[in-house]
Amino acid sequence: MSALITLSVLAIVVLYLGLFKAKNALLPVTLVGLAVVLGLAVREWNSNAAPIYSSMMLFDNFAVAFTAICVFSTMLILLISKDYFERISEHVAEYYAIILFALTGILVMVSYHNLSMLFIGIEIMSVSLYILAGIRKKSYSSNEAALKYFLMGAFSTGFLLFGITLLYGATGSFDIAVIKNYVISNPTHISPLFYSGLLLLIVGLCFKVGVAPFHFWAPDVYEGSPSLISVFMMTVVKTAGFAAFLRIFLFCFAPLHDFWMMPLMVITILTLFIGNISALYQHSFKRMLAFSSVSHAGYMLFAIVALGSASINAVILYATAYSVASIIAFAVLILVKRQMGSDNYESFNGLGRKNPFMAFALTVAMLSLAGIPLTAGFIGKFMMFSSALSEYHVSLVVLAVINAVIGIFYYLRVVVSMYFKDSDQHVVQSTPIFSFVLAFSAIVTIVLGVYPGLISNLF
Amino acid sequence: METVTQALQGVPLNHYILLSAIIFTIGVIGVLIRRNAIIIFMSVELMLNAVNLLLTAFSVHHNDASGQVFVFFIMALAAAEVAVGLAIIVMIFRNTSSTDINVLNKLKW
Repeated sequence: MSALITLSVLAIVVLYLGLFKAKNALLPVTLVGLAVVLGLAVREWNSNAAPIYSSMMLFDNFAVAFTAICVFSTMLILLISKDYFERISEHVAEYYAIILFALTGILVMVSYHNLSMLFIGIEIMSVSLYILAGIRKKSYSSNEAALKYFLMGAFSTGFLLFGITLLYGATGSFDIAVIKNYVISNPTHISPLFYSGLLLLIVGLCFKVGVAPFHFWAPDVYEGSPSLISVFMMTVVKTAGFAAFLRIFLFCFAPLHDFWMMPLMVITILTLFIGNISALYQHSFKRMLAFSSVSHAGYMLFAIVALGSASINAVILYATAYSVASIIAFAVLILVKRQMGSDNYESFNGLGRKNPFMAFALTVAMLSLAGIPLTAGFIGKFMMFSSALSEYHVSLVVLAVINAVIGIFYYLRVVVSMYFKDSDQHVVQSTPIFSFVLAFSAIVTIVLGVYPGLISNLF
Repeated sequence: METVTQALQGVPLNHYILLSAIIFTIGVIGVLIRRNAIIIFMSVELMLNAVNLLLTAFSVHHNDASGQVFVFFIMALAAAEVAVGLAIIVMIFRNTSSTDINVLNKLKW
């Protein structure tokens, strides 16, 4: 729990650094602080955690694992933020501080033991993200992204709250242990309030993680926000959303499997088809990644549809694979866009000849996102599909495999433009930090693809 | 205070549920059909307040204070959302001189 306190203090320290004009210290302090947070979180692994603060929070292994993934991805994203925020505004400290506040909310979201903490965590995260989405104050697309995200976020919060309220009405408590006991002790007499609350909670959470038919805000927001914020929302925030989703379903609602499985299965299939087919028709690389993030949310929903002891491992591996691959894709996108001024596929023409290393890293990322063997993405998909198969959802897996094949088409389009199309563009300048992030993420992707056992047997 | 609680408990719980559900639905419809950002925002607040009403009713029904504490959390976070949301709307008004969400059509496929 000291991780959460350290992180909140760190965010305030960073704000003060901005006040005292210590611009050069911002990034190092943030990164060192996050490393400390990561260390403190990992230290609590296997410490037989009990609920703390009047059973508001529970910092168990589940929370430690997801905290580690989220903090780690944030560190990688902040590394490529060097020189990024300075181009947007002079007041850089705010951005680091708000990202850290969002991360604080995420830590609450993955370690809640009371539905009020779930709500507070989601809100701390969302309110910070509304600001981050609109930090380019003069840009229309950033404005539009911020307003859409804000209105849709507030709207979905309403559903989430109504769901929580009905659960409270049925069980008389917000504590998820009490709700679990209610479900177990009344297998036949569960109040209709509870079922409607559960459905509304699913709607609210589906809005937050951006799965169809509640995904319509996601592509616009991811495209309109500054790239660095988009990658934060697509990786860290999505991971946290699924962690929150999985935590309550695994803990409370597993006995009601027959009731919620059908709606979630329909949502999963819709998400896969809508995400993948829309991604096929995009001309902008960034918008393609936005739709692909919708379809990856669909793959991650597999873990909840086929809920079991393997679900946590599957989500952890999938989220890690997806996060590092997206970070590579966005790091290259930021450099290319800085040079070419556009994020269309044509901007990537000839990158294979001019910047072989960058093109190689992006290829690894695309192969991982498409789920080609020897990359982490393949192992992630494999674990998702095998857990679904073990629950006999054969038709679901067949549909998902069709979607994986559709995915290969649009992911390889950028690889084709890099290696097989020529252009007279100049070499895209990279900095040592970018190269480090690219190399490190590519290595993680390949190592996890070859030795998935490193993180796939945690639970 | 005792008598107030007893008087409140005299109203059947179903009435509260129905009233809150109606207010919530009005809020949802408002978000879906209105085109002005401020009015959408007001409809969202209506949804949150329907939830608050229902929470207090359940809290009295269960004789449990945690529901009312939750209402305070919702109010505090709704206030935070209002601060950020109005700032976003003002930022958009400065750029487009309008709060109609139909002018926001730069992002689509």
